[in-house]
Amino acid sequence: MSQKEENSSFYEVWQRRTQHGDLLFGWLTLFFGLVVITLVFAIGYVVWSGSAEARDRFGFGFLFQTGWNPVKHNFGAMPAIYGTLVSSLIAVTLAGPLGILIAVFLSELCPLHLRNPLSFLIELLAAIPSVIYGMWGVFVFIPFFKSGIAKPLASTVGQWLPLFAGPVAAGRGVMVAGIILAIMILPTIAAIAREILAVVPNHQREALLAVGATRWEMIWYGVLPYSRAGIVGGIMLGLGRALGETMAALMVIGSAKSTIENSLFAPGITAAALIASELPNANDSLHESTLILIALVLFGITLILNILARLLVWQVSRGPVGTIRA
Amino acid sequence: MTQEVQIQANIFSSLITRFSNYQNEAVGALSNKIQALHFDFYYGKFQALNDLSLAIKERSITALIGPSGCGKSTFLRAINRMHDQNPTARAAGRIFLDGQDIYGPFTDPLLLRRRVGMVFQRPNPFTLSIFDNVAYGLRVAGWKDKKRIAERVEEVLHQAALWNEVKDRLNHSGLGLSGGQQQRLCIARTIAPKPEVILMDEPASALDPISTLKIEETMFELRQEFTIIIVTHSMQQAARVSDETAFLLMNAETRAGELIEAGPTDQIFTNPQDKRTEDYISGRFG
Repeated sequence: MSQKEENSSFYEVWQRRTQHGDLLFGWLTLFFGLVVITLVFAIGYVVWSGSAEARDRFGFGFLFQTGWNPVKHNFGAMPAIYGTLVSSLIAVTLAGPLGILIAVFLSELCPLHLRNPLSFLIELLAAIPSVIYGMWGVFVFIPFFKSGIAKPLASTVGQWLPLFAGPVAAGRGVMVAGIILAIMILPTIAAIAREILAVVPNHQREALLAVGATRWEMIWYGVLPYSRAGIVGGIMLGLGRALGETMAALMVIGSAKSTIENSLFAPGITAAALIASELPNANDSLHESTLILIALVLFGITLILNILARLLVWQVSRGPVGTIRA
Repeated sequence: MTQEVQIQANIFSSLITRFSNYQNEAVGALSNKIQALHFDFYYGKFQALNDLSLAIKERSITALIGPSGCGKSTFLRAINRMHDQNPTARAAGRIFLDGQDIYGPFTDPLLLRRRVGMVFQRPNPFTLSIFDNVAYGLRVAGWKDKKRIAERVEEVLHQAALWNEVKDRLNHSGLGLSGGQQQRLCIARTIAPKPEVILMDEPASALDPISTLKIEETMFELRQEFTIIIVTHSMQQAARVSDETAFLLMNAETRAGELIEAGPTDQIFTNPQDKRTEDYISGRFG
């Protein structure tokens, strides 16, 4: 091969790189990638600088204070933090196991002709606007919850466990919000877990069947351990949705902004619901600044939980090997 | 007693579903470890196996050879009812294990699979520690005593020629081993609960030559104790390891797999009776 040909072939490759848009495409994707980072920082900056007045006034103690009186400028974030965390925790505790079971049914046990219609229905649940969930909660679920769940619990367990103590007359409360949130994030968790289970290779199932495992043992010791990292990730996505949910939570949680009650049946507030309900009426700059500070707190909660989730997924996926007792 | 009742019931059901001369055939068949009699297999409407009758002797290695699509894997997986998972799969005819009809009403697939273990084409250890990979089958089979389980795990890891390589990391994940080690782990897992028959579906096709050699050496040792049936694409492997060889071929018209010839491996490879067998083993096939 002559020198000239080598040069021309290098030139051709260079030409192909530039003409077919390798460079352009590279720059374009880099640009959009930077847009995302810029957005995060821009939002972070607005929330940080907007909350400056409130931060200066209340300091770090704002996080641990209760009270909410816009007229007297007496504000505390603790009820919102508590309501957000507890309602989301209830939601994930209920929806996590249930979502996994739904996914197991759909991918392992369900007859073939039912699988697609059912999956579609579950994904449809995720598409219902949250205000409709809220309305359903107010008109259908709360009346049932009051007489069917809260009353019996409060008159028995509630006698000695303050978590379930009465009164239950209000209906709206942290527990109801958690349950409504659970219903809302259930399709997310179920759909993701189903996708994860669907990619578990068949040879894992066969490996267990071949040593004489039952179908249940196959799922419990083979399919679920194999997909645990992905399932944890799905639950964390659900948790993220529950933390940020505004409308439905606002409609059923009861808007008790200034205090924390021991009972889960008592009204409370979440950070997102607090902002949505107060912002239209915030007339002075401190009130507004305080709401922005609440947004910063919510930002921080989601950030911390996401980092914890990442660590958990990482821990689980590289994790200590399982032991089983059959 | 129950065994006799089962045999009687199986022969009876065979009689009413097949021809009258079937009885003599079935009675003779019961002396073999495994005996397929006029076995058909379907995936939905597609017939994958047609009228397959094959005897498999105890404590020997039987190789199933044939080109892709001839139904040898289908037959292998039918022996421990691995097809049960597939709702469209259907079997007709009989496979007997010690005279008991594998597809008969008295056979529980879970108990069957404890007697008939399987090693797959791709190494598929559980997402568990090396120790638990082997111990799991024992626990499923009802072993309770931890000391006995630990002894048995060590014993079979020796048998699978893996002990020296893993003895210091028994609590590490089985997925961290190399492909060949994983496959030997799967063999150890399969033989741990002391099955009577081991099915091997191209156990070495994903492995390098040295790992293949180790697996074959393991098989030689296992032959003392187990009845082994191996599906292989490698003619050399079939010639090296097996005592008996069965050649299957897809019928060009019906596309169903059929048994062409079966017999001692020496005879199949040196003096095949059927022209098609000769063509295939000499590499003159299609």
